[in-house]
Amino acid sequence: MKRFASIIAVVLLAASGAAIAQPAEQYIALPSYRVGPYAAGGSGFYGGIIDYFNLVNLSGGVNGVKISWEECETEYNPSRGVECYERLKTKNGGATLVEPLSTGVAYGILDRLAVDKIPMTMIGYGRSDAANGKVFPYVFPLITSYWNQAAAMIKYLGDKEGGMAKLKGKKIVHLYHDSAFGKEPLPVLEALSKQYGFELIKIPVTPPGSEQQSQWLQIRQAKPDHVILWGWGSMNAVAIKTAQRNGFPREKILGVWWAGSEEDTVPTGDAAKGYSAMTFNTPGNYPVMDEIRKKLYDAGKGNMADSTRIGSVYHMRGVSAAILWVEAMRTAQEKFGKGKRITGEQMRWGLENLNVDEARQKSIGAFGMLPVVKTSCDDHEGSGAVKVQQWDGKKWNAITPNWIVGDKALTRKLLEESSAAYAAEKKITPACIK
Amino acid sequence: MLYREAGQFKTSYQADGQIFPIMQDRIALLALLAVAIVFVPLLASPYVLSAILIPFLIFSLAAIGLNILTGYAGQLSLGTAAFMAVGAFASYNFILRIPGLPVLVAFILGGLSAALVGIAFGLPSLRIRGFYLAAATLATQFFVVWCLTKIPYLTNYSTSGVITAQPIVILGYNFDTPDRKYLLVLAVVAVMALLAKNMIRSNVGRSWMAVRDMDVAAEVIGFRLMRTKLLAFAVSSFYCGVAGALYAYAYLGTVEPEAYNLDLSFRILFMIIIGGVGSVLGSFLGAAFIVLLPVLLNVVAHSLALPTSVASNLELMVFGALIIFFLIVEPHGLARLWQIGKEKLRLWPFPH
Repeated sequence: MKRFASIIAVVLLAASGAAIAQPAEQYIALPSYRVGPYAAGGSGFYGGIIDYFNLVNLSGGVNGVKISWEECETEYNPSRGVECYERLKTKNGGATLVEPLSTGVAYGILDRLAVDKIPMTMIGYGRSDAANGKVFPYVFPLITSYWNQAAAMIKYLGDKEGGMAKLKGKKIVHLYHDSAFGKEPLPVLEALSKQYGFELIKIPVTPPGSEQQSQWLQIRQAKPDHVILWGWGSMNAVAIKTAQRNGFPREKILGVWWAGSEEDTVPTGDAAKGYSAMTFNTPGNYPVMDEIRKKLYDAGKGNMADSTRIGSVYHMRGVSAAILWVEAMRTAQEKFGKGKRITGEQMRWGLENLNVDEARQKSIGAFGMLPVVKTSCDDHEGSGAVKVQQWDGKKWNAITPNWIVGDKALTRKLLEESSAAYAAEKKITPACIK
Repeated sequence: MLYREAGQFKTSYQADGQIFPIMQDRIALLALLAVAIVFVPLLASPYVLSAILIPFLIFSLAAIGLNILTGYAGQLSLGTAAFMAVGAFASYNFILRIPGLPVLVAFILGGLSAALVGIAFGLPSLRIRGFYLAAATLATQFFVVWCLTKIPYLTNYSTSGVITAQPIVILGYNFDTPDRKYLLVLAVVAVMALLAKNMIRSNVGRSWMAVRDMDVAAEVIGFRLMRTKLLAFAVSSFYCGVAGALYAYAYLGTVEPEAYNLDLSFRILFMIIIGGVGSVLGSFLGAAFIVLLPVLLNVVAHSLALPTSVASNLELMVFGALIIFFLIVEPHGLARLWQIGKEKLRLWPFPH
């Protein structure tokens, strides 16, 4: 009984007592996942974030304000993610930014953000309509959303055929993870299929998707011109291997960006050669990566255990996320006072007035690594541009020299409709926060 | 010393048949309830309320639901999360389609919808038993999630299939803060736990246990098997349905069908195995173990400043080891440990 009581005491102490203010540091909450089914992605992404934070701190922080952070293991489970968010948000004087890298966790905490005044980024996932800052003031699907990615995919396939008009009569299979994530692009794909006259065949894969024989049989019978692989986790490698077994050319498969990392292709061996996928990073090496190698990993301060993963797709995405956050801090500090710790509300302003142009990217040492990101109240996404990369059997190579942007007028229209419906349901009056 | 029942005489059938025959237990329970109702909302931080106590109570309710079916009626089920999903999505649709419907009524209707689904998927239990039935209830799990992703009407044509729970407003009072949500969940769980306890002590519960222990014998002595088994499925699913609705409305706020996956069913099954099969108290203890222990381990690992990747894996290892340890030391679960402790206390300091 006594032991039980002391355990309870430890929990309560740990939960409530840690809120000692440390005003000199900018605190970021990272509900991350490094175990469980999606650990490969999580460890790379959060590793990249922490590597960049360490790099910034080594050079004295953002105008002298060091970045501090705390991780909490979610295992990609929404229920645990909410617990982590609640635990992290009040620590160290209050979190000023949160990034769960999980649709489920993000949806679970979405409503709490405006109350807690903590901005959340959803880099490359989540509600596409959250780009409307009037309805979702604290949510930032930065760089690009699923809808713009879907539009860009069709644009790329049209260009590959030799013009959008050539898409008429073509067959495109949307092979998707049967969850919120897989269904997210459907409105865009359906609208584009009507507009350009291609046939859209929707084939769902029940998560986790470790058996896809029947789906690929269906694909073989349909003889499509292209297959969009909207997969996640172990589903991707299975899809690539099953395609090979069924003799379906991998050159005709175009993966979503969560189906385009080393973790998806390396386990399939030769099968993935020629397979291409979307990305919002240009694969390659950059000065900032060299700095991370030199200053952190050579000094034994790197976050990831395996230093060969530096510059891998997930790691680079983490670095890109951290770059944008640090730029948002800088932007906010310029308005609210340099060298001071900014609050969650001020961080929100920084994210909403972000302008990471080519000159800024050059000075960071990440020129071309990510598209130009310029946000506003109307556009919390800030770019919408993507590239296509191809696996040559050893590494990813960008096969589109320029950033592709799909039909933004269409995605904007859908976004306005969807966010208006959300605002009506939640009784939100859309407005920009000054 | 304090836990002695000398001098407590039962002079009526009512006194003899009450839930807690020992006075100290009654006092302790009332004190616990008083603390939970009065002091916890006042003293606990929003984190403890919204991230620990609310899910703990909700999972306890779901575990009671499964315990009614598996622990008392002996019907193994792997479809718990599916029944929760039915409860959540049905409540959502009732509130959406019927303007002005009180939220609590919607929860009850959600529970009843889950009960109907439970009866439908309980039909195989009339012919098959044990592991075969578990496999049959697995179908519920896949069927319900499949339905929810396939029929857009159920998720109100939302593009991604994620529903956003409406605000909980009861008699003009908005349950929007952690302490209010906690009190609502506590009230629902307390009332339903009391109902479950009484149901189990009545002839309904005895018929379940008779079927569990030997269904052929139960039939021979006059219990109607079909009614008893289907009633167990209905009541159990009702509990799970209400728990699912609370999970969506009082905890997560937004849910996608995938949140109610097989993994959740397994977690609730582990709760009753560890807590104690066939015990209402065990449902609470099991839920506490499964919900709180990972959080506790995580906090402890964190205060020891272990690297996150090590801490996370260590957490899994310690958790697994503790489960094995508990099951070896006490295969009947934590509730049995509690019972043994109580018996020892009653004889203390002179055990025989």
